[in-house]
Amino acid sequence: MAAEAISESRAGGDFWDGVRLSMPVVVASAPFAILFGAIAVDNGFSVLEAFLMSAMIYGGASQMVGIELFGQHVAPWLIVLSIFAVNFRHVLYSAGIGRRIAHWPLLQQAAGYFILTDPQFAVAEARAVSGKPVGFVWYLGLGLPVYVFWVIESGLGAVFGKMIPDTHALGIDFLLPIYFLGLVLGFRKRPLWLPVVAASAAASIIAYRTVGSPWHVSIGALAGVLLAVILPPHHSGIGERP
Amino acid sequence: MSTTFWIILAGAIATYLTRIGGHLVISRFENIHPRVEAGLNAVPAAVLTTLVAPAVLGAGPAEWAALIVTALVSLRGGLMAMFLAGAAVLIIARQFVG
Repeated sequence: MAAEAISESRAGGDFWDGVRLSMPVVVASAPFAILFGAIAVDNGFSVLEAFLMSAMIYGGASQMVGIELFGQHVAPWLIVLSIFAVNFRHVLYSAGIGRRIAHWPLLQQAAGYFILTDPQFAVAEARAVSGKPVGFVWYLGLGLPVYVFWVIESGLGAVFGKMIPDTHALGIDFLLPIYFLGLVLGFRKRPLWLPVVAASAAASIIAYRTVGSPWHVSIGALAGVLLAVILPPHHSGIGERP
Repeated sequence: MSTTFWIILAGAIATYLTRIGGHLVISRFENIHPRVEAGLNAVPAAVLTTLVAPAVLGAGPAEWAALIVTALVSLRGGLMAMFLAGAAVLIIARQFVG
């Protein structure tokens, strides 16, 4: 009984640890959820469809792109392909985080991958690097608030979208780059961090100017990852130094 | 069912495939080659950088000020402190330089 209570409060503590870390994400993503709902309705979605898209796809940038193309009456298969392209970076997250959560029961893993967003990956990966276990309860505490707020705020945006004030003055369009910069800097103690950041930044900017969005994300990411693959592994702190 | 619904459903399946696909591919291998492991360790910095870099280049003084403050605070503070500081500088700076 006593042991049960202790392990329960441990699990509860893990959950709230995750919730605490989710708060910046909830704040940063709120304007985008509301904006998405508003734009979705503006482009011909019903409130229910906007709500469903957030609940089922749960990927902000890809939802915006999908809505935009839908509004321009692009062929459905092309809309789906574009959503896939924007979300393609998750393949790398999936391969990375798989090493940390492979010991979870299968259903928990299935749920874990469903909520694998940019911040979810970055914060979970940072925890794994710092030597702490990435448990399901903690991971859920980190991801669930973001998901719930995202879906509800999308619905609110769809219903009340017309009432949004000047988003530029509120800095809404630039909140996510700020947050992502903080995440990038959080990994600065990793071996090869600076060369990888430099390679990805250069490649993504060149690709953004030439190939265009959203491909600059995959191309830039690949450049950084390839650099780490090509350099002898000891540069990445793996294995023994020669 | 409407076309919209099918677009959402197909988009959701495509998205889930990207979220589970990397793991399904990697988990087929018994041992992860050191070079692959090095590549995976580079994923956070590599991907997150691409979400920032083009935005930084296309930004103005208000955004740059916010990013510099964000970077400085991130040397000491936690994620929340860094984010709030950056957002505050951005909102204040935009009142002056638009």
